[in-house]
Amino acid sequence: MIGLANYLTVAAILFTIGVLGIFVNRKNIIVILMSIELILLAVNINLVSFSVYLHNVVGQIYALFVLTVAAAEAAVGLAILVTFFRWRGDIAVDDASVMKG
Amino acid sequence: MVLQAIAFYLLALTTVGAALAVITARNPVHSVLFLITTFFSAAGLFVLLGAEFLAMLLVVVYVGAVAVLFLFVVMMLDVDFAALREGFAQYLPIGLVVAFILVVEMIFVTASVAANGAAAHSTGPQPTGSVTNAEAIGRVLYTDYVYLFQIAGMVLLVAMIGAIVLTLKHRDGIKRQDISRQVARTPASGMRIVSINSGEGIGE
Repeated sequence: MIGLANYLTVAAILFTIGVLGIFVNRKNIIVILMSIELILLAVNINLVSFSVYLHNVVGQIYALFVLTVAAAEAAVGLAILVTFFRWRGDIAVDDASVMKG
Repeated sequence: MVLQAIAFYLLALTTVGAALAVITARNPVHSVLFLITTFFSAAGLFVLLGAEFLAMLLVVVYVGAVAVLFLFVVMMLDVDFAALREGFAQYLPIGLVVAFILVVEMIFVTASVAANGAAAHSTGPQPTGSVTNAEAIGRVLYTDYVYLFQIAGMVLLVAMIGAIVLTLKHRDGIKRQDISRQVARTPASGMRIVSINSGEGIGE
């Protein structure tokens, strides 16, 4: 029997992999953005599994909004990345502080 | 039931393995492809849970749009990705320690929530009744959550405009349409009447 705990464990492991990805790839902003997507996917799995096991569809509505925000975040993040690359010729995160003001 | 368990473990292992490959792959293009694998198997998990609408949405939005966007950017930028990997081994030990603590804590919380929390008295997954998943979502989304739905649309609009404004590049030396100049043009400024003598042409 596949219980709620199984799904939540998968989500927990996925979330942790996302955090680990930010740790180990701290210079490569593309992989950092992908790690954030993984974290948001873990959140979505949590919301959907609770929604299904508590027989309440609202969790899936919230997963929908998380999906929307994740798509918007990826689009704007990649646009900033492209602009930064055009300007600097590199995407090293260490130099990103030059973008301020 | 056994088939369902096999499907769950297969999809869960694929999800976790592909997610690990995303963060460890040397080539970012491979990372994006593994990200697509992760999303596909997560969509499979959603189907297994009975949330078909979100599963299809995940495939359409993430695989169809976000992952392809990542792929475009990775292939468009000419970056030395080997240089960006330096520090990988240096941060791996501390990252693994933090990750281990995090995952153990979260699994403890998960186990206790599943056993004693809000879902303790759950009678298992929602039975598929007469109402389909998409219909159930639509009934709630367009009534109780209609304002949030509109705001989600605004968020996407702002993100779209922001991305266009950020990446739009004005090159010099290209003829462009200038609407205000076109509209402000009058016969007096746009036209000149000359009288031409026969056999001489316009001259100059």
